[in-house]
Amino acid sequence: MLTILFDGVAYGMLLFVLACGLAVTLGLMNFVNLAHGAFAMAGGYVTAVLMNRFGLPFLATLPLAFLIPALIGLVLERSLYQRLYARSHLDQVLFSIGLVFMAVAAVDFAMGSQQQLIQLPPWLQGRVDILGVQVGLYRSFIILVCGLLVVALQLVLTRTRFGSRLRAAVDDPRVARGLGINVGAIFAATFAVGSGLAGLGGALGAEILGLDPTFPLKFMLYFLIVVTVGGTTSITGPFLASLLLGIADVAGKYYVPSLGAFVIYTLMIVVLVLRPQGLFARGR
Amino acid sequence: MASAPLTPEAAGAILSRRARWRWPEIAFWLVAAATLFFLPERHLILNEIAIIGLFAVSLDLILGYAGIVSLGHAAFFGLGAYVAGLTAKHLTGDPLLGLVAAGLAAALLGLVTSVLVLRGADLTRLMVTLGVALVLGEVANQAAWLTGGADGLQGIVMGPLLGLFEFDIFGTVAYAYSLGVLFVAFWLARRLVHSPFGLSLRAIRDNPLRARAVGIPVHRRLMAIYTVAALYAGLAGGLLAQTSQFVSLDVLAFHRSADVLLVLVIGGVGYLYGGLVGAVIFKVLQDVLSGLTPQYWQFWIGLILVALVLLGRERLSERVRGLWRPRAAEEAR
Repeated sequence: MLTILFDGVAYGMLLFVLACGLAVTLGLMNFVNLAHGAFAMAGGYVTAVLMNRFGLPFLATLPLAFLIPALIGLVLERSLYQRLYARSHLDQVLFSIGLVFMAVAAVDFAMGSQQQLIQLPPWLQGRVDILGVQVGLYRSFIILVCGLLVVALQLVLTRTRFGSRLRAAVDDPRVARGLGINVGAIFAATFAVGSGLAGLGGALGAEILGLDPTFPLKFMLYFLIVVTVGGTTSITGPFLASLLLGIADVAGKYYVPSLGAFVIYTLMIVVLVLRPQGLFARGR
Repeated sequence: MASAPLTPEAAGAILSRRARWRWPEIAFWLVAAATLFFLPERHLILNEIAIIGLFAVSLDLILGYAGIVSLGHAAFFGLGAYVAGLTAKHLTGDPLLGLVAAGLAAALLGLVTSVLVLRGADLTRLMVTLGVALVLGEVANQAAWLTGGADGLQGIVMGPLLGLFEFDIFGTVAYAYSLGVLFVAFWLARRLVHSPFGLSLRAIRDNPLRARAVGIPVHRRLMAIYTVAALYAGLAGGLLAQTSQFVSLDVLAFHRSADVLLVLVIGGVGYLYGGLVGAVIFKVLQDVLSGLTPQYWQFWIGLILVALVLLGRERLSERVRGLWRPRAAEEAR
């Protein structure tokens, strides 16, 4: 019971790191980016390739799993995404689905369609017994890393100059521009960091979520759920939503495996219909 | 527009003038009918084009005319396919009865779920439609005793069409059947969008608040068109099940919803023929591209989507539309 809760929390934390970039682009900038999972996949594959082909240790690959997707995100944002901020949602959906299809096919072409396996270092394998609860070492590691990231993100958004500029740019780009804030650069930086975090999440999650070319499609809905259910007024909303989703998903798969993902989807529809602005958001 | 007050008679005259059939449209359908006789070796793919075309017309009804962005239109398509397949397997082999059942089942689902799409903005609608399709896919996957699960629904045997024509292996009867259904459905949809009802939908799409202010019952209209669109998608799914005599989980998959969006966007949104033109282009592209790189043709589809959006799909489809209905394009300017 407690083990399931623990696994659920780890899973939820992972989902949050994967989706928090989307919480900004979709939630705050109102850009429907269905291709977010592609960046996560990029991170996962960076780790897998570096470990399996070049023999780098797991930890050493993580910074690269952040940097490379962030770089891809930055280039794409400057070249393509920024033209679409003002376009209709339909255009954004079509564009990002197109990107997903290209990413899926390209990765399939380059790496093959099989699952990528990652060999964790020995000190992260296995479980220990703490107060009668079976605790996976790797999941504790994930909770630790993701927890630190959450705190850091919250501090950056609320306490730093960059955070307040970002909030200003999102609230009203024109006024922010008038105040001398470089809105384009802020958005680009945010997008890059969001993509990088997704990549890091993909790398950390390769062991738990699995990693194959259909990853962006498989988890697209999960990311969207985190953002829409969590609401977009703060970072705590998506965080709570991902914890809930993680626990519900793990518990659901454990107790009622026959229902599968059915429960999650139904719950999402119910929540969205009752509270379109999100579960943890104040009504506007 | 003249500033003189518009009498009901004059308004009626304008409406029926706009609804008149133009010669490019007549030519389109004549060519389609001619392919029945002149392209016998292509009937299998033409049948698929007709089905995708009907599916895209269905999406156009809600997206182009009512402005509802859906990422889960395959839900209705898939339900129609399964209902048609199950009807043929367990009840009757008559194609038309099965088709009616497929359409009605999808329409019922559409009516029930239309309540869900009334709430919220684009993003909520996207998620809810996507969620409905995923739930159905999950149900079909779990109810393997009924649907065959991942193995697909096998053993569908169709009776002769109208009791006279057996389905042949060249797909000629199948194509004639699909084309006939497509034409009737299209004709009705065309009447629908040119009616005052259709005009009120466009008003809702352009400005829901103002539409409500001039007395249009926005919710009821949206529910109605969503149900009709679901019916059409169900018919398309039913046709696929009957003419291929096989249903797999693929009919409910996400890529079907995405494909039909692409089909519609290639042809242009909001004038019904877009779905049909898009279906022809899409299928030909698919044929050529999967001939080049069988496994990776999805990549090219993605590239086309991205390019279409970046180049401005409105501008492109406006041009196609101008060819189609020169006068309508002039009026729009």
